[in-house]
Amino acid sequence: MINYEVVVIGGGPAGLAAAIEAKRNGVNNILVIERDRELGGILQQCIHNGFGLHVFKEELTGPEYAHRFIKELKDMGIEYKLDTMVLSLNKEKVIHAISREDGYMIIKAKAVVLAMGCRERTAGAINIPGTRPSGVFSAGTAQRYINIDGYLVGKKVVILGSGDIGLIMARRMTLEGAKVLAVAEIMPYSGGLNRNIVQCLNDYNIPLYLSHTITEIKGRDRVTSVVISQVDESMKPIPGTEFELECDTVLLSVGLIPENELSEQAGIEIDPRTKGPYVTETMETSIDGVFACGNVVHVHDLVDFVTEESRRAGKNAAKYVKDLITNQGKSFNTKPSNGVSYIVPQKVRVDNIDNTLDIFLRVRAIYNNAKLVLKADDEVIKEYNKKHLAPGEMEHLVLPKKLFADKDFDTLTIEVKEAN
Amino acid sequence: MEKHNLICINCPMGCRLEITITENGGWLIEGNQCKRGLSYAQKELTAPTRTLTTTVKVKNSLLRRLPVKSSDGIPKEKIFEAMALINQVTVEPPISIGDIIIENILDTGVNIISSRDL
Ligand SMILES: Cc1cc2nc3c(=O)[nH]c(=O)nc-3n(C[C@H](O)[C@H](O)[C@H](O)COP(=O)(O)OP(=O)(O)OC[C@H]3O[C@@H](n4cnc5c(N)ncnc54)[C@H](O)[C@@H]3O)c2cc1C
Ligand code: SF4
Repeated sequence: MINYEVVVIGGGPAGLAAAIEAKRNGVNNILVIERDRELGGILQQCIHNGFGLHVFKEELTGPEYAHRFIKELKDMGIEYKLDTMVLSLNKEKVIHAISREDGYMIIKAKAVVLAMGCRERTAGAINIPGTRPSGVFSAGTAQRYINIDGYLVGKKVVILGSGDIGLIMARRMTLEGAKVLAVAEIMPYSGGLNRNIVQCLNDYNIPLYLSHTITEIKGRDRVTSVVISQVDESMKPIPGTEFELECDTVLLSVGLIPENELSEQAGIEIDPRTKGPYVTETMETSIDGVFACGNVVHVHDLVDFVTEESRRAGKNAAKYVKDLITNQGKSFNTKPSNGVSYIVPQKVRVDNIDNTLDIFLRVRAIYNNAKLVLKADDEVIKEYNKKHLAPGEMEHLVLPKKLFADKDFDTLTIEVKEAN
Repeated sequence: MEKHNLICINCPMGCRLEITITENGGWLIEGNQCKRGLSYAQKELTAPTRTLTTTVKVKNSLLRRLPVKSSDGIPKEKIFEAMALINQVTVEPPISIGDIIIENILDTGVNIISSRDL
């Protein structure tokens, strides 16, 4: 058995930031395990720019953002293994992994950081009637084909779902000579950023059909067309609104799910709202000394937030190794209420907080000029005015410790209050 | 007086800008959350540009495509012309992040540079 103080599973931006921060906080014996042939995670295929505005105050492409962290990790002499897949983890923090080079390994860690990222929902996860011809891809798979392998998956494309990956792919395929006929979005609003609607769709006159979905995919061997219908408020197709578009490719951009097979096997409790582990203020999961950060905890739209959160996980993993994290003292749970779909962290131990508590949350619908109201049990302790709230834009709140440190309460509720 | 509605694409905030150009050529702006909103609006309404990100072919390497970007904005109407040029290029390692792949593309004064090490 090989021993390490901190083992990080996953070498994407989350894993890299966690490992670097653990080292900065005085831990030397660290290992990063990555199943791919290089570090950087999903960023290596996200060749567009727009990363790093918060962290570096400049606009970088995905590979450039990854490069900064990979370089730092290497310069700090942090050990990593590529082409190595973690197969299992248990409560004693024993990890089983396999690689072509080292074979089967059993590794014992004092602290573990989970940073396995997320995966895409695929055709199976949604239900489109019709045959199952080839030419249907998830947007991320198509992104990998085109940006890493140099292979354009089709010429006439319809995209289902208007999340950022779908929008980015609409532009990418257009630039490479494909014709993107439409983006259909079942919700009455786009899940992507405004800037991506402008620079990926409007710039190229690609129509976005809100409250529309694909109701049929036609074709025997390869897709030949799709039928698009408008949907009503309960997202049911409205008869008579159908129109057909001839195409050879359908891209699905219908959401991401945290990758938690390993976590579940280890017996880590999963929050049904985030589909990621329940975590505390230190990013610790329900197993002592197992931390988690990045898309494995909840799906982020900005890598900058992944970095911030992962630094916290790395720092606290180092503290855990040095026995500096306490389970004593006051604690409370967080609870999403009216209009809020989830909150991270789910549990807070007050004594582990230095000065501020970082909270990430998402709302259920679009609100203008609304308030986010924070209640300690029944008492309102803080209100934030928000010009614009949208499910596609994660909210980040930084609460000063003095706001709640002296209070005795069990639940911090956060809800949206709409303007009157 | 002239009014325009734009969405600023300079950062993920995506502010909705309301621009008024007065008779004597002054610019009034509302809705921006930082001062970069104004320079974006001025550029977008006079000479819009976009950063271009794409890939070029690679030979003699494990990697088959090198991600590249324009070092600055390229005039919007020249994007497809630039793509056609970039797609003719094949590179070989070693390449460092920031290396110039195409200099002064289409006389825009902008370089196409590598986005990673190879
Ligand atoms: C297709 C796609 C496109 C995206 N595009 C954008 C975008 O344009 N802009 C943006 O800001 N965000 C984008 N995101 C979100 C993006 O994933 C996050 O911003 C960020 O990359 C998350 O970092 P992470 O480290 O948590 O996950 P990842 O980057 O996914 O890294 C996780 C790493 O863990 C490794 N791993 C997983 N399981 C194991 C195992 N068992 N053993 C060993 N290694 C393992 C994976 O190989 C991977 O390298 C995209 C996500 C996806 C899925
Ligand atoms: S105005 Fe400033 S804050 Fe708003 S989108 Fe533009 S750059 Fe971002």
